[in-house]
Parts: sequence; C-alpha cells; structure tokens
Amino acid sequence: MEAGREHTSRNEEETPILEVRNVTKRFGATLALDNVSLDLRRGEVLALLGDNGAGKSTLIKCLSGVYQPDEGQVLLEGEEVTINSPMGARDLGVETVYQDLSLFDNVNVVGNFYAGREPVTPRWLGGWGWVRDGFMSRKAKESLESLQVNLPSAEVEIGLMSGGQRQAVASARAMSFGRKIVILDEPTSALGARESSNVLRLIEEAPEHGVSVIVISHNLEHVMQVCHRAVVLRQGVRVGEAEPTEANHERLVSLIVGGAAEQDKDEGQA
Amino acid sequence: MSAFMERIIGSQSPLSSERSLRWSLTIIRLGPAIILLLLIMVFNLLSPVFLTVQNVSNVVLQTSALAVLAIGQLFVILVAGIDLSVGSVLALSTVTGALVFTWNQGLGGSLSVATFLLTGLVAGFLNGFMLTKGKLPHAFIPTLAMFYAASGLALVLSNGRAIPQVPGIVVTLGNGYLGPIPVPVLLVAALALLAVVLTKRLKWGRWIYLVGGDKEAARRVGIPVDRVILSVFLISGLMAGFAGVITAGRTASGYPTAGELAELQAIAAVIIGGGSFFGGRGSVAGVLVGALILGVIANGLNLLNVDEYWQLIVAGGIIVFAVELDVLRRYLEGRFRTLQARGD
Repeated sequence: MEAGREHTSRNEEETPILEVRNVTKRFGATLALDNVSLDLRRGEVLALLGDNGAGKSTLIKCLSGVYQPDEGQVLLEGEEVTINSPMGARDLGVETVYQDLSLFDNVNVVGNFYAGREPVTPRWLGGWGWVRDGFMSRKAKESLESLQVNLPSAEVEIGLMSGGQRQAVASARAMSFGRKIVILDEPTSALGARESSNVLRLIEEAPEHGVSVIVISHNLEHVMQVCHRAVVLRQGVRVGEAEPTEANHERLVSLIVGGAAEQDKDEGQA
Repeated sequence: MSAFMERIIGSQSPLSSERSLRWSLTIIRLGPAIILLLLIMVFNLLSPVFLTVQNVSNVVLQTSALAVLAIGQLFVILVAGIDLSVGSVLALSTVTGALVFTWNQGLGGSLSVATFLLTGLVAGFLNGFMLTKGKLPHAFIPTLAMFYAASGLALVLSNGRAIPQVPGIVVTLGNGYLGPIPVPVLLVAALALLAVVLTKRLKWGRWIYLVGGDKEAARRVGIPVDRVILSVFLISGLMAGFAGVITAGRTASGYPTAGELAELQAIAAVIIGGGSFFGGRGSVAGVLVGALILGVIANGLNLLNVDEYWQLIVAGGIIVFAVELDVLRRYLEGRFRTLQARGD
C-alpha cells in the first residue's frame, strides 16, 4: 500500500504539466503540423524554435484554443483536454501572449490587466454588475509588485507606455492569471537590449511563481539565457531538441535551418 | 516652498518635458470645456441678454433633443462606428408614436410613449444586426440604409403630413417646466446620469471602450464583441426614440421630416466633445459640452443678429479644430511614449 502510494505520487511529480501527442494540423493541402509531440515539465521554461513557417505559431494556437488539431491529443497534467476556444484555454490555466500583446491603448494598466474579466459586484449581474475598481487596482499592483515590474504608475494609459513596458504588462498579466502554463510568442523581438533584459528576467523567474513557460523566439542568445530546453520544428516536423547552451549553439542553428537535421533523425533511429 | 523651487529648477531635468507633455495632454482633454467657457464669455460681452435666466433656459431647452441624440451617438462612436440614421429614426418615432395615440388614447398615452421608444429600439437593433450578422463592411452602410428607409417609412405612414396629436405626457416631457427648470432638461440629466453609470462603472461599459480600443484584442480576451456592438446600436436607437419624444412634445405633433440633419449635429457634438473617430475615447460629459457648444453658437449668433448661415460655417470650423486637437493628442502621446522608452 505504502509503496504503491509512493509510486503514484512519484508518477504525479513526473507527469509533465503538458503533453502534446502526435498532433497534426492541415490547412487545405498544406500540412502545417506533422505528427508533432512535445512535453513541458513542471517549472520548465521551454523554447520552441524554428524558421518562419516551421509550425511554431500553429502549434501554440492549437494549445491556446485558436485552432483545433486534426489529429493527436493534448494532455494537461496527464489528462486529455479539448481546448476549443481562447476562453477554454484560459479556464484551463493556459495564457498566451501574442506578438500584438492584446493590449488596449485607451485603457490604463489596471484596466488592461483585468480586460474581459473585470470583477463585479454583485457577481450574478455579470456584464451589468458594478466594476470593483478598488479591488482591481490593488490586486493588479500586488501582481506587478510581486513580479517586480516597475511602472511609473498603474493608472497610466497603456498607449503612453514604451514597448518594453507594454511587453512587461502583457507578460505579467499572463503570469498572474495563467495558473499552469504561459505561452509567449516572440516576447523580445520588438525590444531594445535593456527592455529585453527586464522581460527575460520575468520569464526566468516564472517557475518561482508556479507557472511553466513556452517561449517562441528567434533570438538564440535570449533562449540560452532563460530556457532549460529547446525543441526545434522545421516544416511542421519536430526535428530535434537540445539544451540551449553555448556548446549546443551550432547544433541548434543547423537544426533550425536544416542540414544537420537528417543526421539528428538518423541518430534518433539508430 | 522647496517643492516649488524644485519644480522650477527641475525644468532642466529630463522629467520636465515629460511633465510639460502631461500638462499639454491634460489641457487638450479639457479643450471642449475651455472652448465652451470662451464662447460663453464672448457672447456675454457682446450681448446683455445672453446670460439671463430666460435665455440660458432657452439654450438648454433647444439643445436637449440634440444632447439625447448625441449621448446615443457617443456609444456608437466609442466602438469606432457611426449612426447616420438617428435623425430619420427620430422622425419615424414621432410619426409612429402619434399614430398609435390616434388609435389608442388609453393609459394616459403610455402606449404611445412606448411606441416612440420601441421604434428607436427596433431601428437600432436592425442597424446592429445588419452590421454584425450581415457582415457589412462599416456601420456607415446599414445606418445609411436605415437613414433612407426610416425617413421613407415616416413619410408613407403619415402621408407626408404632420399628425397634430400626441399625449399630454409627451408634451410635458418636451415642453413642460418644473419650477424654472424645463422638463426635457431633467430628462437629459437623467439619461446622461444612466449613461455615465454605464460607461464609467458597469462592466458592459468597460467592454464598450475595450471593443473601441482594439476589436481583435477584445475578442482574444473573451469579450462578446458582436453583442457589445449590437448593444450600442440599441442604445443609439433608444436615444433617438427619447429625442423623438422631446421633439414631438415641443411641436405637439408627429412630424415626418423632424430631425433633419440631426444625425450630423449629433456626430458633431460627439466629435467636438472629445470623442474620437478611431474609437475608444469620449465621455458623456464631453458630449454634453459638445452639444452645448453647438447650442450656444446658434443661440449667441442669433442674439447678435448674425445670419443663420454663418452658424453653419462656425460649426464647421469648430469641428475641424476639435479633430485637430485629437490629432495633436495622438502626436503628443507618441512623443510621451518615446520619452518613456528612453527612461526605462
């Protein structure tokens, strides 16, 4: 009995927070994802690498409820789930930050933090309820503080903020609401060096706040800084994975652009 | 004292231009109110009767139907739309309301009042439905269609003639006084208060601003964008119905050509009051100020015996000025953003 229980608990610990099994997605005649499998461990920061058109965006859209896979399964904490809408993904604890950030320039930081899920009183009134501004403001500031995101003020409209501040707000929002997984699409591509470092720190510290992260990036330097593992896609196929270290830099590059990939596959089969 | 000095000495620090930008932005936001105050001051100087109780009461009375239409128009412009039909819908509502009263005068004419409002709601629903479900490219199209159709229907139903029969309560709402205060002004105040609560305090109102800020992002965060858009057209239609009540009350009749050009005036009031055609910006208070600016110009120039046609030219100038302020605001915000980027 004891041993058995111990066994299951160990199993639970080892169950990845997310498993993608043999997912295939077609758009007409185009095969965007071909039998892709992937797992994300608890507290892991995983990089998803690949050239344009490799299928990274399609894959994360399958995870965030924008697309539904044609074949294959997605498992969250070992249980198969169907993610059929962005709301569904959010309800499951999966938050996605797209490149456009989904921020509202005409609204302040607090309003953006709670956009679409403003707490109201009384709750049963739903959309016609009174927005709890004090509560929202307090909670948003707490979240920003705990993630060490420094802003001049949480009452300033997002439209008045720099690219780095906007990315930080969008990432912090995802990390505060994403109970399990946060997916970031090119979080540093539009940022300068100093702004990038702030966002990278947020990603690096995400596991401390209990979330696992998938990062899409073209910037291998940034990936090496914050990611524990990197999975590479090419033309819809998973071509390999590696620990993103200086030593593996060349290997990752050749996986992304091709060439060494066939070799990698052969090794895998051998 | 030292804080004061700091402020002066601080003018050398990089923060100072941020501060001056903040100041400029605040002044731009207050722009409409400043314009209104200047107009009042100028007209007060030029005409001794302008600020008399009688004349002020006249101005607000004459502006009340426009103010109601403009509040409705604000909601549509907040989602970057436009409602060209409100003038025609106003006319149609006076005709249907008056016709129903000629058939049924029971319950103190409440059936008639309900008809005014229901006419507006139905028109608004059709506008919103055609736009969201009919996938028309822009709010301009369904509301332009409704502009023609409602006007035509009003003429058909009334045979092109005024129907000089409306319930007493409509006359009171459009033309009555409660002490020195015109009843339509109280009606405007009540509707404005509801609109303020909706825009500022209720979740649905926040969603209207978010949809106006970025429709795609609003969809992503789970806001029912189509329902929000439908709702603003319902509100605009309902307000056209209320404006119909006021207009019919003032003339004591249903009138198929009432509200001509009123839609353009309502749009002008929203724009002058700081609403942005890009969506997501504008307030009920600003819209009331915008409507009052138009009302004060008309009244003031009348008092000064300036030809009526000049009023149109002045109104046109003020519209351009107001939108230029909005353009300037966007430019300054861009400057502010680059400043922030350098700072962090």
